[in-house]
Amino acid sequence: MKSLAELQAIRNRMLEQVNMRKDDNIDTRVVVGMATCGIAAGARPVMLEFVEELKRRGLDNVTVAQTGCIGMCRLEPIVEVYVKDQEKVTYIHMTPEKVARVVNDHIVNGRPVDEYTIGAQG
Amino acid sequence: MDLIRSHVMVCGGTGCTSSNSAAVIAEFEKQLTAKGIDKEVKVVRTGCFGLCEAGPVCIVYPEGSFYAHVKVEDVERIVEEHLIKGRIVKDLLYKGAVKEDNTIKSLDKVDFYKKQKRVALRNCGVIDPENIDEYIAFDGYQALGKCLTEMTREDVIDVILKSGLRGRGGAGFPTGLKWKFAYNSQSEKKYVCCNADEGDPGAFMDRSVLEGDPHAVIEAMAIAGYAIGADQGYIYCRAEYPIAVKRMQIAIKQAREYGLLGKNIFGTDFSFDLDVRLGAGAFVCGEETALMTSIEGKRGEPRPRPPFPAVKGLFGQPTILNNVETYANVPQIINKGWEWFASMGTEKSKGTKVFALGGKINNTGLVEVPMGTTLREVIYDIGGGCPNGKKFKAAQTGGPSGGCIPASELDIEIDYDNLLAIGSMMGSGGMIVMDEDNCMVDIARFFLDFTVDESCGKCAPCRIGTKRMLEILERIVEGKGEDGDIEKLETLAETIKATALCGLGQTAPNPVLSTLKYYRHEYEAHIYEKRCPAGQCKALLNYKIDPDKCKGCTLCARQCPANCISGKVREPHVIDNSKCLKCGACMEKCKFGAISKG
Repeated sequence: MKSLAELQAIRNRMLEQVNMRKDDNIDTRVVVGMATCGIAAGARPVMLEFVEELKRRGLDNVTVAQTGCIGMCRLEPIVEVYVKDQEKVTYIHMTPEKVARVVNDHIVNGRPVDEYTIGAQG
Repeated sequence: MDLIRSHVMVCGGTGCTSSNSAAVIAEFEKQLTAKGIDKEVKVVRTGCFGLCEAGPVCIVYPEGSFYAHVKVEDVERIVEEHLIKGRIVKDLLYKGAVKEDNTIKSLDKVDFYKKQKRVALRNCGVIDPENIDEYIAFDGYQALGKCLTEMTREDVIDVILKSGLRGRGGAGFPTGLKWKFAYNSQSEKKYVCCNADEGDPGAFMDRSVLEGDPHAVIEAMAIAGYAIGADQGYIYCRAEYPIAVKRMQIAIKQAREYGLLGKNIFGTDFSFDLDVRLGAGAFVCGEETALMTSIEGKRGEPRPRPPFPAVKGLFGQPTILNNVETYANVPQIINKGWEWFASMGTEKSKGTKVFALGGKINNTGLVEVPMGTTLREVIYDIGGGCPNGKKFKAAQTGGPSGGCIPASELDIEIDYDNLLAIGSMMGSGGMIVMDEDNCMVDIARFFLDFTVDESCGKCAPCRIGTKRMLEILERIVEGKGEDGDIEKLETLAETIKATALCGLGQTAPNPVLSTLKYYRHEYEAHIYEKRCPAGQCKALLNYKIDPDKCKGCTLCARQCPANCISGKVREPHVIDNSKCLKCGACMEKCKFGAISKG
């Protein structure tokens, strides 16, 4: 170790790997429904895409968690996004292709993607 | 490694390892591979979480679900339900983490953790101790970098002085002052030593820090080396701590590979290296002069002070010796500033203290609380009180050098000076809880037995004096105590305290003196009434059958291994006390509560 910059580089590289163990800096939680219905409807690729997209963008203040069935199996895969101090937004019929827009518009820029939400179903 | 979405932290401390956590880890890895999710879920073997009673424990992130008493056969369910389907397996969670309405509390709201403040233990259970990168991710080695590049040696000592950090090994000497003395000693060669020879019965704070966060100790020792001008350090650890030794050796190797130990650290002209020295487990080697003599390769015996180690220590050179927990605080004091550290605790005792809770307590384990927390909070709020609804009687702190805190002092704010004032001491942090069934004379005898065994024999007061005290105590618990024994104990105790060579001897009478102070009536009951109020001392026990309650079922007579219970069926039985072994088997079996002891 010849300089502080080297130490900082290791730290930055590692931070994204251990961030989920720190509770204090999490502002946003992405919760994917992963009960039998969700898995059958293709929730796994959606969840993996979220993990990958967040990593690509270096968003270390967002965690991806799983949850069970919330009762609307016909609308799976369902993804709920909890931004700190805001009401949760529920997305339905999610696909890996839709993930990038949710991350970009909602998580980064704070504008929920209305047309994907449960509200758009009417 | 690319798509890690979940971390399974399994405790690999000594406590959980002995309850088979290694097999749990292996099973997790097997199950994850079998289900094809081993690339997205990472299993990490960590240091101690503190709740050893609930071991093996594991935490699954990002949910922070705390699973307790995890058995190998539970793993498949956790993987299947939680990691694949996202359904937390509630019945396997730690009981204290599930609320009455069946929702789940977050970890910091659990009673055991709620009042704790983890400073020295901050990384234990959070990082993989065998991976230096994880330590760096949690701000590791930042403090060393800061010291070497931004601070002068005087600055470092000044910060430690102002923080109010005192030695966590027991006596509570100001750490900064120790460093300053060594800094002021003129010498070509100086040494930094770490006392990891934790020998108090029931204490395992230092072991847990070494097992859970070894790099924190390495970093702090390098900082100390910079401050006093040393280029070599030694960690003196007992060989009975194999996991701690192994992790420390791995950590040293990794730090050397990264150039965080060795020549010209961070491109400065500061060089520092470290080695582990194994102790054979002699209690006296925790005494500083004996420890250094042992590192030198000689028989571990203490020598008179002065000269103090800061002037003439290891190999005759100026040396500082600090405890593991003391070091574990140092990097954070440098990073967060002395004001942060000094803001915790009481007027004269700053920061936090780690205690190893053991004995008659529900939540056996490791707790870290701010100085000034009351004993009541530690025993009841964190420790969960005594098992089976028994009444709390006393807490023993400071091990064989300390004393008892009686129930009447439950509201004492724990810090160095308050504990000394009531005849106990902080000690390294062992806290053994006793309930109404514990005989205080027997406790004193236990600790004296320990010090007699561990006395190195160099000075007469300790070698002979403690032996005489033990003989008197043994006589008392065997029912052969005589009038005048208490006074003899007191005279011996005062003499040994005043004349023994080292800390071991000087503090050896403390368990007797403190139990005499608070439980003199128990000593008197043993000696004058030949009675043990707690019903522990077998020689003084008599089992009796109450003829009014006995139905003559013969169950007790059939249980008795000594065949000393006689009586006809459906008639009250009698115990022949001359043959009775005092095993208590009859009392346990009696369905009518007819048998009593006293």
